[in-house]
Amino acid sequence: MSKVIIIDDEPLARSIVTEYLQKHPNLVLMQECGDGFEGLKAIQQHQPGLIFLDIQMPKITGFEMLELIEQPPSVIFTTAFDEYAIKAFEAHAVDYLLKPFDQHRFDKAIAKWAEQKTNTTEKATQDLLESASLSPSQSQRIVVKNGSKIKIIPVHDVQYLEAADDYVKIHTQEGYFLKNKTMTHFEQSLDSQQFVRSHRSYIVNVQHITRIDPL
Amino acid sequence: MSNSPLSILRFRIIFIIAWIVMVADNAMVLNFFGLPWKAAIIDSAISNTLLLLACLLVMNTLRYYLPRGKQYINIFSICLFLTIIWLLLAKLLLRISLNHYPGYADLLHHSLSIRFSIAFLLLGCVTMISILWYNQQEQKEMNERKIDAEKLAKEAELFKLRQQLQPHFLFNSLNSINALIGSRPEEARKMVQQLSDFLRGTIKKEETQWVTFQEELQYLQLYLDIEKVRFGNRLATEIEVDENIKQLKLPALILQPIVENAIKFGLYDTTGNTVIRLFATKEGDNLVIKVLNPFDPETSSPKQGTGFGLKSVQRRLYLLFARTDLLTTHGKENIFTTIVKIPQVQ
Repeated sequence: MSKVIIIDDEPLARSIVTEYLQKHPNLVLMQECGDGFEGLKAIQQHQPGLIFLDIQMPKITGFEMLELIEQPPSVIFTTAFDEYAIKAFEAHAVDYLLKPFDQHRFDKAIAKWAEQKTNTTEKATQDLLESASLSPSQSQRIVVKNGSKIKIIPVHDVQYLEAADDYVKIHTQEGYFLKNKTMTHFEQSLDSQQFVRSHRSYIVNVQHITRIDPL
Repeated sequence: MSNSPLSILRFRIIFIIAWIVMVADNAMVLNFFGLPWKAAIIDSAISNTLLLLACLLVMNTLRYYLPRGKQYINIFSICLFLTIIWLLLAKLLLRISLNHYPGYADLLHHSLSIRFSIAFLLLGCVTMISILWYNQQEQKEMNERKIDAEKLAKEAELFKLRQQLQPHFLFNSLNSINALIGSRPEEARKMVQQLSDFLRGTIKKEETQWVTFQEELQYLQLYLDIEKVRFGNRLATEIEVDENIKQLKLPALILQPIVENAIKFGLYDTTGNTVIRLFATKEGDNLVIKVLNPFDPETSSPKQGTGFGLKSVQRRLYLLFARTDLLTTHGKENIFTTIVKIPQVQ
């Protein structure tokens, strides 16, 4: 028996997955969620073994939601069309369902998941998120968890980034936020015209520079 | 190959009249210096006909060979050379035909320098005018080519913009239909119909074609009906349009991308229900359409506000009207407004 959660913003898209799931009595649908926030809560509450996740959703994308989970569950992505996402899936051999899909294709994805379930897929998910965050739409903002709240920081609000052990401190006008990523990740994903790595432990937003002092 | 100035009837007539005037004038001058009328006319006719031939030769040569840049020396030498040839030939012919007139040889001899000067000046003028004419002609052709090339590029670009029919929308709609087939086949059938009508509308219409506001609204309604099936009760629309402006015209398919952008912006940025509102009025000679959608100023960066959809609308308006001020957006208190002005040109 495995717990399942569906996260998709279109009700009909959720209902088709529900319908296909009826053929798999060993999978128990715990909850259907309409956006990433709901999804996040449901995952924490139910600790599912598998989630069906759409990419383009209100407020935060499926990828951004996954980034906020410490130990993400196995994911079968469902998406209609997203060039970057598909590229990322293919690069990391993560299974995904392209909408519209039929029962047969769905069953295949479930079978593949059941086979791989024993292996840890966490590394694959991390790698996937890494490459997905390089897409232009994702590099416009940074999603962080601030206590129980989710904060979306547009990149132009970021003043500078500072390395802090396994985390990166993202400094904004409102203070700093922590994100479990490496400096190299940000150096690659942020626009190099705007963000400069001035030091091993610092990346600076050039638009927020007010003064430069000679040594 | 440029056309010679003489290919135009008006210029040909002017050219012939000028020649007749020259012959008459020249004869009168010769008569004044004591040559009998008959001899004066023969002299004038011979020398001016030869000059005419020289002019034609210059015009025709320049048609194939146009001096470039600062090759004034060349032009000058050609004129000088032609004038000398003309003078030698004229002298020869005149001697043969008119030497029996008493005192003619003397008159010819004394008038050679003045004949030379006049012929040189005239030939120089014709050369200059021809060069100007051919240059202008070439410029005109170049401009025409440029305009043609621009027109082609414009059409190609408009076509491309139209082709960027959102695959995301299409596949998601198909997915909704797929879901409806199992549970509500009647609705699935209806949605297939709506989607087909919508796609047909996209294919059928030319980017440069103008349609009435009414038609565009009907097309928009198809799109909205599909989106409402997809998003259920999360999406609501309010459209307020006066009856009397429904006959105003606008470029086909300009409204749908704007509303699509508003829906995406509104639905993807807020988790609750979204109301998209559309108002249209006539202000002066413009049809002004306002589309309002809710947004969250905290989470949406302004860059996202002008996504691809609006950029392509802006580009289209520029290609059609050569203006960049027709599409404006602003966000205030959780409401994002897109305003598009369509000049009513007819």
